[in-house]
Amino acid sequence: MSLLTVDKLSVAFPGHVAVREASFSIESGETLALVGESGCGKSVTAFSVMRLLPSNARIASGRILLEGTDLLSLSEPEMREVRGAKVSLIQQEPMTSLNPVLSIGLQITEVIRRHEKLSRRAARARAVELLDLVRIPDAHRRLDDHPHNLSGGMRQRVMIAMAVACRPRLLIADEPTTALDVTTQAQVLDLLDDLRRRLGMAVLLITHDLGVVAQWADRIAVMYAGRIVEQGGIEPFFARPLHPYSRGLLGARVDVDADEHYSKNRLSEIPGSVGSAAGQAGCSFAPRCPVAEPACRRAVPPLVALPDERAVACPVTVVLAGGPHGAALR
Amino acid sequence: MALLSVRDLHTRYAVGKQQLRAVDGVSFEVGRGETVGLVGESGCGKSTLGKTILRLVPSAEGTIELDGADITHLGEGAMAPHRRRMQMIFQDPFGSLNPRQTIRTVLDTALKVHRLGNGAERERQLQEIVTRVGLPSDSLDRYPHEFSGGQRQRIGIARALVLHPALIVCDEPVSALDVSIQAQILNLLIDLKREFGLAYLFISHDLSVVRYFADRVLVMYFGRIVESASHATLWRDPRHPYTKALFAAVPSADPTHKRVAPPIKGELVTTEQVRGCRFHSRCPAATDRCRAEEPPLRSLGEGHHAACHYA
Repeated sequence: MSLLTVDKLSVAFPGHVAVREASFSIESGETLALVGESGCGKSVTAFSVMRLLPSNARIASGRILLEGTDLLSLSEPEMREVRGAKVSLIQQEPMTSLNPVLSIGLQITEVIRRHEKLSRRAARARAVELLDLVRIPDAHRRLDDHPHNLSGGMRQRVMIAMAVACRPRLLIADEPTTALDVTTQAQVLDLLDDLRRRLGMAVLLITHDLGVVAQWADRIAVMYAGRIVEQGGIEPFFARPLHPYSRGLLGARVDVDADEHYSKNRLSEIPGSVGSAAGQAGCSFAPRCPVAEPACRRAVPPLVALPDERAVACPVTVVLAGGPHGAALR
Repeated sequence: MALLSVRDLHTRYAVGKQQLRAVDGVSFEVGRGETVGLVGESGCGKSTLGKTILRLVPSAEGTIELDGADITHLGEGAMAPHRRRMQMIFQDPFGSLNPRQTIRTVLDTALKVHRLGNGAERERQLQEIVTRVGLPSDSLDRYPHEFSGGQRQRIGIARALVLHPALIVCDEPVSALDVSIQAQILNLLIDLKREFGLAYLFISHDLSVVRYFADRVLVMYFGRIVESASHATLWRDPRHPYTKALFAAVPSADPTHKRVAPPIKGELVTTEQVRGCRFHSRCPAATDRCRAEEPPLRSLGEGHHAACHYA
């Protein structure tokens, strides 16, 4: 049984469907990257798993199974036992998640004592251990600091300490390093990966940065306009992305290792924007797609399984790959 | 003569009772039609440097010359003709556009302030510029909120371009945009550079984008330029340990490319007073000399400079 199975999840806001029949699963201890551009539904998916959607959002259909239990069937008190203890969330901007008037020690012990019966003193000792664990120097002296005394990277470490305090099985990291500098990003991602191994957590890594995905994830799911359009292992994905959107994304990215310069070559673009498909039937990517056929504008293509545990929601690609058996992929 | 020449420029901010030396003795030039990339992490002073050059923030010391004219201390009136020659594009075009003004008002105001053309000529210029930056032709009578992020950045570019500047300071112009839109905007900036002979000072934290986009690159750390070279030289042969660490920290989109341990520890702290090299507390190769003596930016030949005793 997978640790987490999201099954045909749809989430609607007034006048807008943010997630459309998204299905994916995460195995114990692995890192799945959920990738896509702003507004594609990746954060809404994460918040659905935490059951922390804004009040105007509605889960229209689907199931979210954590170790076999459907989180959508839990009452709010039951869900509070799950948050932090089994699934935790860290976000892009730690400053908005931390309470600015409380010391970080107090905020960490609060999390610990929410789920475990520990004295104040024992919880404080655990908090020091946790700050050590996330590699904050002089942890015992840092407990009485307030968030504004810390740098951005240190704040994100505090968030991570709080998130892993009760050893969750799954950590959802929503753009955890997007607000950080590149050298700090490397430190924080290295820390997350180390914790994943030491604590046996799975990580759902939400990002728009394909470099981060290539270096830190085991598998990838690509979202476009609320739907998952491609899934697969990291190496086959980067060696041969299948969906035209995935290919476009990798093509439009400037890779720091590539010897590309404006004086020699032009960047390949994906024409238009996500809004191009507003109000149209069929595949949402069709208006921007270089290989779209008339059929693409009629029906939404299903996610079709291919060899190598890959899947793609593009009939044109499936045909090119040699059908669902993927003769051409072998 | 260089288009822009900056000599020993300093900018200071008061932070409580302390002075923050955001820009602390920076010298460089931008040639006509040249793209100079300015990279560094947040807080290193790169945006302040851009704003100081445009005279949006006062300088404390040093000189700024545009086309050989010293503009460092010009009053607003005397500055006006020079302002036309250097424009700026911001990271967040929405934050820099008045939500109650139509695109026509935004662009026309720029022309009116600089008294460029009569009504009919201005109208023709507006139509031309909107089409040139790739906006729909009916854009002029619409409001900023009616556009997507990428289109808003095109409006920001149109506003800078409508005055026919020689230099555009681009402050993180594609950082807030999605990858697929980034490529569109970068391609547009390259086309415009060729068409109008523009020079860019391209400020970015994104090394991949700077590698692609710049002719020459300045690496900034804690208010100073620590390395400068042509784009090809810098990537072939980075000499400052900070530049090397920056390059090593960028994740490659090739999963078979094995990542290395985080190259440096800690973060840039701008409130500390530092003796010696500003980078020594994070530098893996620092010696006693680095802790005592600040290395000057020195030439390594072929226009390559680095501020490291051991470069």
